[in-house]
Amino acid sequence: MFQTLEETFRRLAALDPEVVAIAGLSLRVSLSAVGLGTLVGVPLGALVAVSAFPGRRLVTGCLNAAMGLPPVVIGLVLYLLLSRSGPLGGLGLLFTPGAMIAAQTVLVVPLIAALARQIVADAEEHLGEQLRSLGLGPARRAAILIYDTRFSLVTAILAAFGRAISEIGAVLVVGGNIDGHTRTMTTAISLETQKGDLPLALALGLVLIAIVLVVSATATLLRSHAMRAYG
Amino acid sequence: MSAALPIVIEGLRYRVGDMPILNGIDMSVTSSGITAIIGANGAGKSVLLRLIDGLLAPTGGTIRIGPSDRPPPSTAFVFQRPGLVRASAAANVALALAPLGLGAGERAERVRAALRHVGLAERAGAPATRLSGGEQQRLALARAWARAPDLLLLDEPTANLDPASSHVIEDLVASMAVAGTKVVLVSHNLGQVMRLAEDVVVLAAGLAVEHGPVRSTLSSPRSPQARAYLTGEMPWTSFAALS
Amino acid sequence: MDFLRRSLLSFGLLAAVSGLSSAPGVAEPAETITVASTTSTEQSGLFKELLPAFTQASGIGVKVVALGTGQALDAARRGDADVALVHDTAAEEKFVGEGWSTKRYPVMYNDFVIVGPKDDPAGAAGASVVEALRKIAAAKAPFVSRGDRSGTHSAELRYWKEAGLDLGAVRGDWYKDVGQGMGPALNTASAANAYVLSDRGTWLSFKNRGDLKILVEGDKRLFNQYGVMVVNPEKHPHVKAKAAQAFVDWLVSAPGQAAIAAYLINGEQLFFPNAEAR
Repeated sequence: MFQTLEETFRRLAALDPEVVAIAGLSLRVSLSAVGLGTLVGVPLGALVAVSAFPGRRLVTGCLNAAMGLPPVVIGLVLYLLLSRSGPLGGLGLLFTPGAMIAAQTVLVVPLIAALARQIVADAEEHLGEQLRSLGLGPARRAAILIYDTRFSLVTAILAAFGRAISEIGAVLVVGGNIDGHTRTMTTAISLETQKGDLPLALALGLVLIAIVLVVSATATLLRSHAMRAYG
Repeated sequence: MSAALPIVIEGLRYRVGDMPILNGIDMSVTSSGITAIIGANGAGKSVLLRLIDGLLAPTGGTIRIGPSDRPPPSTAFVFQRPGLVRASAAANVALALAPLGLGAGERAERVRAALRHVGLAERAGAPATRLSGGEQQRLALARAWARAPDLLLLDEPTANLDPASSHVIEDLVASMAVAGTKVVLVSHNLGQVMRLAEDVVVLAAGLAVEHGPVRSTLSSPRSPQARAYLTGEMPWTSFAALS
Repeated sequence: MDFLRRSLLSFGLLAAVSGLSSAPGVAEPAETITVASTTSTEQSGLFKELLPAFTQASGIGVKVVALGTGQALDAARRGDADVALVHDTAAEEKFVGEGWSTKRYPVMYNDFVIVGPKDDPAGAAGASVVEALRKIAAAKAPFVSRGDRSGTHSAELRYWKEAGLDLGAVRGDWYKDVGQGMGPALNTASAANAYVLSDRGTWLSFKNRGDLKILVEGDKRLFNQYGVMVVNPEKHPHVKAKAAQAFVDWLVSAPGQAAIAAYLINGEQLFFPNAEAR
């Protein structure tokens, strides 16, 4: 074990531009997916929270259940959709970063929407009556409550980022782990593990953990800075 | 702003599931001054106010406010808690103007005027949630004032405030009434009711049991329920007895 | 409502950041083909050596999706690859027979080895492959199978049959079907000190060997032929047939064959070009 660790740190020190490129792709794919997932999921969750419509509880239940969708199943379904023989084959997206972004977006939308719904619903308890008394419609109320809860929503979005960047099932199936094109941190770690190069796999794992820590620490710092300024 | 916005309520009922809250309220408010609604906890005051505002839909009966069965769009509601968004004081006032279809310039001007009116001009950029309790409720009133409402509904607006802050709010409310806004105030604070109101409605167990000028009603109530409430003899039990 | 606009902006910012970073960093070749191939070729490191040489010669980029042979042929059937480079001659001939490709080109072979514990509890060392399997089964010594429909897996099943053993009847707890690629199967064998059939290339580049070593090699039956096929553009019109054919032509050409022969691990040649031989 100690030998492995020593070897790991030696490999960590020698990490080359290839690893930087892989880490860059992981970041690009997961940030894009979380960005898109935020643009879809936050308004979706907020609208479900503020509007009354038949079947709202069913929708809420579905969102909560969809938080646990297995990435590999999402990957498989997207594979079948994006395959040349599938309905969206004409897009030629399979085995590209675009397909990985699509898969991770599908993965994080329910997570972001379900957490946003809960967060906005809690704020609605306090502010909903006030906002309705001002004659504001559901879309405006949703927007205001999103703004009101923005600091909590950052945490939800971070959770989604953590889920996206650490998943392997979806990116492996739709991306294909192609060297230099669709190889991400997780698929690279898996590949090195398969090749029995455990020290390198562990070194890559440490890089991945460092990325997650840096991103979440940055977001947390920005958040507390903004909270100081904006209460 | 019309001189007095008449509020005419007939047979108003409201229930939640099997539980009756209002049991057929009849009242006609035509005074131009402030109308207070008083009554024990659970008498239905807050629900009545929300029905007038349209936040709740009645399960029976009618409400007419002026010529309409809905409150005017400018209507403002100030709650016991200020209900502020995590944004600047100015932004909180601005969002109250959003549904009124004003131009950007007019809106900005009204925001500035409202904050000036309640003495918060210098705190315009401050986060609303950082203001003191009294300032927050003044901001809630600025939000209402900015809408230049024909109708202002207040649900125990000073219940959480110290006497000094309460008086600031009372003065602001009084000045709006003088300027022509019809004010309906729910309050437990009988001193406040005496200071502000022209007439008072007493609710008991979901019924309007008495409605008259504030002084005579408070000093010599005619109905036994109003007497019981005002002398503190029969706080909650009346509900069970009447329903 | 200024702050509302600002709030939407701040949430859009994330997406904008990712949009910016999606600008291509490296100059892409004018055309890029997708090759469905096997984990053994990818994990042995052969492609890392081979592809830059081809891209330099032709200006065509190659993306390799490493799957089991069965999966790789499926991906090609679905039209998700332009070329299939796999090692299961029977399956390849079926692929061509069904019209998914018009021609199969033999490219190279490597060989399988049986890897097992140094102390060799079944006494399989030095035997022929079928004899070794009989001994392993008789000793009920732990054996790891790929179990993933790969070329290696189908070769293993063929050897059991050739050994005259009905796997369905003899298999027991000692036979561990992992359903994964060569690397995970080797990792499992290393952890369980089990026998396993591996291609030589993956074994040579495999680092986590534990107490395993090569016990059986050199048997003629263990030769493992690779074939390459362009997906038939009549089945999938979007296939980049011309670039794909250029890749195949290069692989079987003298420079391509020489590049295959030149790939060494620890001074040992892994793949033996034999395009001319067939």
